[in-house]
Amino acid sequence: MIVIEGLEKSFDGRPVLRGLDLTIQDGESLVVIGRSGCGKSVLLKHLIGLMRPESGHVYIDGNDLTTMREEQLNELRKRFGMVFQGAALFDSLSVGENVALPLREHTRLSEKDIRKRVSEKLGLVELEGIEDARPSSLSGGMKKRVGLARAIAMDPEFVLYDEPTTGLDPIMADAINSLIRNLQKKLSITSVAVTHDMRSAYRIADKIAMLHDGKIIYKGTPDEIRRCQDSRVCQFISGSASGPITDS
Amino acid sequence: MNSNQATLGAHAIGQKVVGGIEQVGSASLFFLRVVRAVPGFWKKSHLIFEQMVAIGVESMPLVFVTSIFTGGVAAVQAAYQFQDYVPMRYLGSVIGKSVVIELGPVLTALVVAGRVGASIAAELGTMRVTEQIDALETIGISPIRFLAVPRLLAGMIMLPLITVFSDFLAIGGAYVVAILSLDVATNTFMEGLRLFFHLRDVLGGLVKSLFFGVVITMMGCYFGFNAEGGAEGVGKATTRAVVSSCLLILILDYMLASLLFRVIFV
Repeated sequence: MIVIEGLEKSFDGRPVLRGLDLTIQDGESLVVIGRSGCGKSVLLKHLIGLMRPESGHVYIDGNDLTTMREEQLNELRKRFGMVFQGAALFDSLSVGENVALPLREHTRLSEKDIRKRVSEKLGLVELEGIEDARPSSLSGGMKKRVGLARAIAMDPEFVLYDEPTTGLDPIMADAINSLIRNLQKKLSITSVAVTHDMRSAYRIADKIAMLHDGKIIYKGTPDEIRRCQDSRVCQFISGSASGPITDS
Repeated sequence: MNSNQATLGAHAIGQKVVGGIEQVGSASLFFLRVVRAVPGFWKKSHLIFEQMVAIGVESMPLVFVTSIFTGGVAAVQAAYQFQDYVPMRYLGSVIGKSVVIELGPVLTALVVAGRVGASIAAELGTMRVTEQIDALETIGISPIRFLAVPRLLAGMIMLPLITVFSDFLAIGGAYVVAILSLDVATNTFMEGLRLFFHLRDVLGGLVKSLFFGVVITMMGCYFGFNAEGGAEGVGKATTRAVVSSCLLILILDYMLASLLFRVIFV
């Protein structure tokens, strides 16, 4: 279980997270929605220790990640996988080497077993047989799927998705949404995605939380959020320019 | 200029100075983190080997051309200054000393700083802005250990080796020019070369090049790791890496020369 308590973070004196509280249950698929620049990716980076908060705590199964040393964090990160907005594939490595990297660094598997595991993970994201391709030769959707294969290479308990469908055409976006949902069911992982794409949020979420003004202002199931009476949530999910949320 | 403008000017200069001091502190802390990650890294020799090829072997053509012409021009300039005052049998001595002590290590380092420092900063800067460095961290791999340590070790190994290569080529270039256009006989040049040759001079030059290897790779890594924004940020990081490497090489050259040739090798 992930528990976030009173998380605060600011950049150049501008507060982004202002005492954020959130709990994510094991096996749950939580989607955090909110406007661009509201701090969704910042929140995600705190969950895996890429950023340190000014105050507040992030507990992973009771262990406070914010007070861990680098070595402890690296150990904890083996339980996580993260899919980046731009996929963040290592462009000096082939697709197969990208997926194999965590296995080569953290396990004593033989080369044969690593190749087998890489092929299995690429199969899960429906990209069999592209081990030798270079990341630069892949489309945006394929890169995201390779990023997902790399994220699940170590069979993580938690997978974090940063804007999983941004920059993809609607058909590819839907394919990625299905993939995320299927993987979550197949592998029983806890997943946390941040997005402003409501179609994606409805497809992959068990629970949706809305981040606004540095805090979670609403959390509920997709059905509950559709019926929500909070004017800020209504404005965001209907995509209306007029309402309490303004550009300023 | 009124007092308001003077205050603003002083404030701006003050901010620049504080920013510069912060940068030096931050770069020093980065270097310490890299050094702390070195023990036990020899097990990852394939990563060091890859960087040795990128830093050393791929710099050879550039060093080849630079060294040959540096040696040639050194011979021409020395002969010009010797006219009527110094016998030409000392040409080899002057060339040998100036190449192994100064020209070989410093010019090689400056050329490599331009090529390798820029390449490291651009590669790591791109990895930073495309979140590849974050991705390494999320899979539990220390980017310092995986990216910076192999570059540092490869730089420390390869700079002295390229410098030896450069020393030979520069002396060779000077010899060819001396024979073909300065009417100096082979025996005269070689005798001069042997006359004041001391192994400590070569050693001093190689010690300097080892430190230059540290400076070039660390400046490339530091500015690459701290690149911000997109293509513009990577461009700035690359420029800063090359400029700071070149400046530090020249400053360090003076300091090491003072230490080595006025204290240690006296």
